Amino acid sequence: MSEIKTLATAWLDGCSGCHMSLLDLDERLIELSSQFTLVHSPLVDRKTFPEHVDVTLVEGAVASEDDLKKIRKIREHTGVLVSLGDCALTGNVSAMRNRCGPGPVLLRVYPEPAPSEGVPALLDRVRPVHEVVPVDVFVPGCPPSAETIYQVLVELLAGRIPTLEGVAHFG
Amino acid sequence: MSPEANIRTLTIDEVDVSARADQTILEAAREHNIAIPTLCHLEGLSEVGACRLCLVEVKGARRLLPACVTRVEEGMEVTTHSPKIDRYRTMVLELFFAERNHVCSVCVANGNCELQSLALRLGMTHVEIPYQYPQLPVDASHPRFTVDHNRCVLCTRCVRVCGEIEGANTWGVMGRGAQSLVITDLKEPWGQSETCTSCGKCVQVCPTGALFEKNRAGMRTQKHPEFLPYLRIMREGEP
Repeated sequence: MSEIKTLATAWLDGCSGCHMSLLDLDERLIELSSQFTLVHSPLVDRKTFPEHVDVTLVEGAVASEDDLKKIRKIREHTGVLVSLGDCALTGNVSAMRNRCGPGPVLLRVYPEPAPSEGVPALLDRVRPVHEVVPVDVFVPGCPPSAETIYQVLVELLAGRIPTLEGVAHFG
Repeated sequence: MSPEANIRTLTIDEVDVSARADQTILEAAREHNIAIPTLCHLEGLSEVGACRLCLVEVKGARRLLPACVTRVEEGMEVTTHSPKIDRYRTMVLELFFAERNHVCSVCVANGNCELQSLALRLGMTHVEIPYQYPQLPVDASHPRFTVDHNRCVLCTRCVRVCGEIEGANTWGVMGRGAQSLVITDLKEPWGQSETCTSCGKCVQVCPTGALFEKNRAGMRTQKHPEFLPYLRIMREGEP
């Protein structure tokens, strides 16, 4: 594995809890951030995904046309893709609508007809990230603890692919 | 027959062990602190061999055998862990997760669930098999308990404890395969069951969040199936 210099994070259909957990690393973020540059994230301003990113952490399931477009682009331009948290791994809460499809959910949320222009169309079925593109590292948890995310980042920065088997659980 | 003749010697993971002839591979292994994962097995209940997590290799057998329902035999050579067994067990777990709606993060049993713990223990970090998302009912008609079929793994512990320990035979199984459901009486709502004694044993033995006590959350959903062996022993003394 080549040296990790750039890191990105992405937010698909999730609650942002995994990003909160990342921020929960607190002062350890400062320690780690001297080793990489955060080049793309909901936490920074850059709008377009860079040509190449060494590691991307993805939170959330693939639930809309926009998520689909984003995750394909991310995969194409990312070295190590990390599925961060249960939504990315299992669909989790985002995928609970798969029992009935998006129609009844939209009806329930919008008293008026749901907006159809300027917003991405919902997919018929919410899918975990690895059902759409190949994933290199799986990090379970809702959200994964700051400690777990720290371990993942330390391993990646040391040039190793971390394994969370027997370390972190769903939920 | 002399007592000695009832003893069998065998090897489990290349360790020499002895066991009574009427014991299973699982019992022999656990007496010698050799860990084999299980889900449908529960000490104090009969064995059904339903979950297939305890599959082991027995030299000379052409397929993997469930340790909980396979009796020990003289000279048996048992292997409890190998890449093949681990692969099968992970696949079994993935099938459980994919078959129904096991959403750990919003489940009452989160943190107290045997299925969740097994995924951690066996290193299952994600499910390769497509999730089925079946439409399954929740029956909250009983004043104290709820059955959520979305979380049921069809281990039939509830059915067995109700028949074998409580003697009420309220719980049963209907349907075939993945469409099977645990039911109360002849699929009456649980709250209208005339046979249920509301003893709650089924809730205590349920390994997941399928059966739970109402108005409980977090650590208070911890279950206590450890009473079973004692009840068994007490029963054996009765005429």
